Amino acid sequence: MPLSFPPAIEPYLLPTLYIVILLAVFPLIAGYIVLLERKVMADIQVRLGPMRVGPHGLLQPIADAVKLLIKEDIIPAMADRWVFWVAPIISVVTALLALSLVPFSNRFYVTDTNVGLLFILSITSVGILGIILGGWSSNSHYPLLGALRSTAQLVSYEVALGFAVIGGLMVAGTLSMQQIVQHQLEQHVWFIFYQPVAFFIYVVAAMAETNRAPFDMPEAESEIVAGYHTEYSGFRFALYFLAEYVNMVIVSSIAVTLFLGGWLRPFPNVRWLDFLNYFPIAAMFGLAFLSFLGAAREQRRIEKLGMGGLGAIFVLMGLLFLIPDVLNWVQGLFWFISKVFLALYSFIWIRFTFPRYRYDQLMRIGWRWLIPLAIANVIVTGIIMVL
Amino acid sequence: MMETAPKATFLDANEIVINMGPQHPSTHGVLRVILKLDGEKVLGTECVIGYLHRGVEKIAENRTYVQFTPYVDRMDYVAAVSNGLGYCEAVEKLLGVEVPPRARYVRTILTELNRITSHLLWLGTHAMDLGAFTPLFYTFREREEILKVFENYCGARLTTHAFRIGGLQYETYDGFEEQVKAICDTFPAKIDEYEVLLTLNRIWLERTKKVGILKAEDAIDLGVTGPVLRASGVQWDIRKAMPYAAYEEFEFDIPTGENGDTYDRYLVRVEEMRQALRIARQAVDRLPSGPILGKVPKVIKPAVGEVYHSIEAPKGELGYFVVSDGSTQPYRVRVRPPSFINLQALDRMVRGHLVADVVAVIGTLDIVLGEVDR
Repeated sequence: MPLSFPPAIEPYLLPTLYIVILLAVFPLIAGYIVLLERKVMADIQVRLGPMRVGPHGLLQPIADAVKLLIKEDIIPAMADRWVFWVAPIISVVTALLALSLVPFSNRFYVTDTNVGLLFILSITSVGILGIILGGWSSNSHYPLLGALRSTAQLVSYEVALGFAVIGGLMVAGTLSMQQIVQHQLEQHVWFIFYQPVAFFIYVVAAMAETNRAPFDMPEAESEIVAGYHTEYSGFRFALYFLAEYVNMVIVSSIAVTLFLGGWLRPFPNVRWLDFLNYFPIAAMFGLAFLSFLGAAREQRRIEKLGMGGLGAIFVLMGLLFLIPDVLNWVQGLFWFISKVFLALYSFIWIRFTFPRYRYDQLMRIGWRWLIPLAIANVIVTGIIMVL
Repeated sequence: MMETAPKATFLDANEIVINMGPQHPSTHGVLRVILKLDGEKVLGTECVIGYLHRGVEKIAENRTYVQFTPYVDRMDYVAAVSNGLGYCEAVEKLLGVEVPPRARYVRTILTELNRITSHLLWLGTHAMDLGAFTPLFYTFREREEILKVFENYCGARLTTHAFRIGGLQYETYDGFEEQVKAICDTFPAKIDEYEVLLTLNRIWLERTKKVGILKAEDAIDLGVTGPVLRASGVQWDIRKAMPYAAYEEFEFDIPTGENGDTYDRYLVRVEEMRQALRIARQAVDRLPSGPILGKVPKVIKPAVGEVYHSIEAPKGELGYFVVSDGSTQPYRVRVRPPSFINLQALDRMVRGHLVADVVAVIGTLDIVLGEVDR
């Protein structure tokens, strides 16, 4: 590096830069996950989804964010003002804090500690506090019901989630997020093949943890209107929304890291599949091709330009990836993000395929099936490992 | 009247009284249900209705018989054709007018298609209440095809005003038969599609089985009719029991359930859609030619008397009680709306269940507030 910094601050520079990038970019990414969700939902439901703002609705997240920003901020008269004010902040801060330990690639991560996974699990649990406080401080019935539901749900599923993660950890032998991936590289296998049951339990519990359908009890709109955030509007509501989507990314990231090989490409040890290393370049050019195809099909000039511009960005990125150093740097990031989006896609897919469980059924599944299964999985894993 | 506002703050009370509606995502209109809850368990309910009251029955007294026909479409607005049929037949009975066969056949076809649209709307919204978003869009896709038939026939899609006292408002359009046949050919596959999503879905089963059970005796005591009654195991369908229009000339089955739970009501309605197609197919295959309007006097002035006529609307028995004082305006029109009477069963069905089941039961009763409040 041509620039040199005093050794006292040097180790903090890169993490700070990453923190800034994450904080700046993540709300945008969350917005685009919402767009992805709406588009996938529309596709499942034989509709088009957002199409008005920008070509194919690509600017919709920005329009939504602006709308939420300029909305009137209402605090109900009877609400506990201070708690009402602080609750969404707790949710969002804890969610973003957990991001700091997510290993986006072998180069791109804020920090890595030897209690990484434990820290993520505990900090996301604190996030629940935001939901409970939000529901309670609204001083209204539906939010209270929503908050109570989420408390019960999260407490019970946290247990199953924890045991599922333990199953993976026993194989990995470390809590450090980077080391977990490294171990999968060394053992030549993704841990999902050692721990399919744990993976399954983890996915189910994660859906419940993030309040996703079919476990979206706390905000089941047909029953309790909007659950804990019924009384929230404007940007406070946006914060809850952001927290929810960040949490989705985090649970997907844990699943990817622990079970699906993290930032490793598929079959990282098979030499003749090395051409997969160039897949990011191919993907960029593929996306560029699709964008240009879309541009050709657009009717209006401005949308043609928009799609064309998007294609040009993809081409530029593809060209940039041709530089070996850059390719090496984005390699892990590319695979990690692809896997996370695959996980998110399945979440969305499940959401729009299944009805919602009832509250007591959810509890029954959690306590009667998932937790015993998870404990059994841990015991069996332990016995096999000792043998 | 139940206490609507809690006396103490809810934090130190065991029972919560909450208002579900009139503005609530899943009360299907402006129904207000006051729920008394212990946690999430429902201790009791009380329905508050009347938010959509438009005085339809009173309006009838100030309109001539013909003028009143469009008003009935506004009661059960998702099954306007059935409403019109019931009223027209009641007045025809009062007048003693014979309806020509072609008119009776077309009436049957349109009414059965309307039954399908009503059930499709129910299926979509009911599934959405239980958290399955997607079927709604599939059912609306098919509903659209049927609404196009109505639109081609009479220009309106929802409040159709399709019939006229003594027969039909219009002759069928060119291609009517082909369009109905096309629906009969393609629609069964679509029903299978909904069933793939729901019928054997584990979550759907858990949400609907043993929820909102209504026993046959209770159903009869409460006067419940339609699919809700049939799902309890009572084989009562006015199309068979007291045939009207052209129903006695067609073959069809009356699906019944066994347990009277939400799942059975779902199955009954899905099967009813198939049977409705069967009727429509038979009617369109044998559609006679001839006049579409019977011998109706220019000025409708029935003799002094009264008549009660009921039909099997998609939601249950829809009855019209018309009293004539010999003038051009009815002395009194009383409607027996199926939704209103079926809604009575709500409390018995949800007591002891959870909040989520209230939503399921309101959905499964298939009420339309326009008809409840009139």
